[in-house]
Amino acid sequence: MEITPGIESMANNAAPYVGMSTTVSFNGKSGNISSGGAELLFNNKKKFDVMLPSSDKPWTIKNLLKWIKDNLLEERPELFIQKDSVRPGILVLVNDADWELLGALEYEVQPNDRIMFISTLHGG
Amino acid sequence: MPVKCTRCCVKVAVLKRPKTSDALCKECFFWAFETEVHETITRAKLFKPGEYVAIAASGGKDSTVLAYIMKLLNERYNYGLKLVLLSVDEGITGYRDDSLETVKRNQQQYELPLKILSYEELYGWTMDAIVRQIGLKSNCTFCGVFRRQALDRGAVLLEVNKIVTGHNADDIAETVLMNILRGDIARLQRCTLITTGTEGAIPRSKPFKYTYEKEIVMYAYFKKLDYFSTECIYSPNAYRGHARAYLKDLESVRPSAILDIIHSGECMSVKDGIKLPTQGLCTRCGYISSQEVCKACVMLEGLNKGLPKLGIGKSSKVKRRVESLCKDASKEEESC
Ligand SMILES: [Zn+2]
Ligand SMILES: [Zn+2]
Repeated sequence: MEITPGIESMANNAAPYVGMSTTVSFNGKSGNISSGGAELLFNNKKKFDVMLPSSDKPWTIKNLLKWIKDNLLEERPELFIQKDSVRPGILVLVNDADWELLGALEYEVQPNDRIMFISTLHGG
Repeated sequence: MPVKCTRCCVKVAVLKRPKTSDALCKECFFWAFETEVHETITRAKLFKPGEYVAIAASGGKDSTVLAYIMKLLNERYNYGLKLVLLSVDEGITGYRDDSLETVKRNQQQYELPLKILSYEELYGWTMDAIVRQIGLKSNCTFCGVFRRQALDRGAVLLEVNKIVTGHNADDIAETVLMNILRGDIARLQRCTLITTGTEGAIPRSKPFKYTYEKEIVMYAYFKKLDYFSTECIYSPNAYRGHARAYLKDLESVRPSAILDIIHSGECMSVKDGIKLPTQGLCTRCGYISSQEVCKACVMLEGLNKGLPKLGIGKSSKVKRRVESLCKDASKEEESC
């Protein structure tokens, strides 16, 4: 686990959940990556290495989504987030595993997790 | 805590199957996915040994996975098929360029022959030229109508016995909903068929009829298949978009909704005595059509005569225009 600026705030108990580094990526594919899909909503950036700030709430995916919306989304958030979750049709992978196996929105993000969003909402 | 695979009970599960809620590891998922497509193919008797089959290839996720799986199953189960990738180049700058590059890589990766047909070859018009003529508004109609027939024309050219397309369970459920919303009973009857166009036309089949989109995307991701993902840069059909969103909402509440809707579509039947448009052949080009002159021919006529709105408006309007055009055409012939 990486030491992050969040650690000192634990001392005064203001934010029991320390910050951590996490990789968030969109339409991750290996090999040849072509443009399009969910990353279009993020100014065409496919991958973000983010440092989540410490917080008084656990870093569940639900809270992470809110954070992404406030910090990474460039435009039209409704194409990515709907009703506190991802828009139906966007798949979420945590360390290459289906988030539905891990509690979906309630999963607590761990340091150095790789969170990936893959949009299925385009032509085949 | 990582969840164990419910099938082999050894490896860590990577995916929850929408159909069954099973938690499967990568290997068990691959096996389940491939075996189910094989069962769909054998149960519906889609192919006979020795047949020449064209895989409609767009470079997108569905057709890329289809090409991969057709090659794999053909070898694993000795279908005895000769396979070819068939692509259509609409001539949309910046759209097909990249997806065709993907298809070309697929050709190498899967060692399958590839035939690319351009709209220009088939119709004398590229999509870019059509857009210049009619503006951005209705070109998805052109795109769809021309693309449908382009595959038929390409298949005739290649002299294949069959075409397979990457339509998946989500696509079919969405089409069922669309046909209900439009009151299109004739299409509702046809859209759930695994094979269409058996009379007169080259049969088209959908080996992914029961395959969920989620699993296709996950399969492509875990197999690291090389596909191209983007929405058509020309305006998408908003009505269809709503149907898709509705379907996805239903699926997130109850994953079986997709198969349930397909099942509903299959079970709905039309009372005796209800007149349905019969599918015949277009009198101009000879391809399948429920009208005397097919939509592609009407649109082409419109483009060539500088009336590009022809064929994309209300059907009665279209009919009237076609009738008057036909009169014009016969007059022209008479005068020759
Ligand atoms: Zn397993
Ligand atoms: Zn025709």
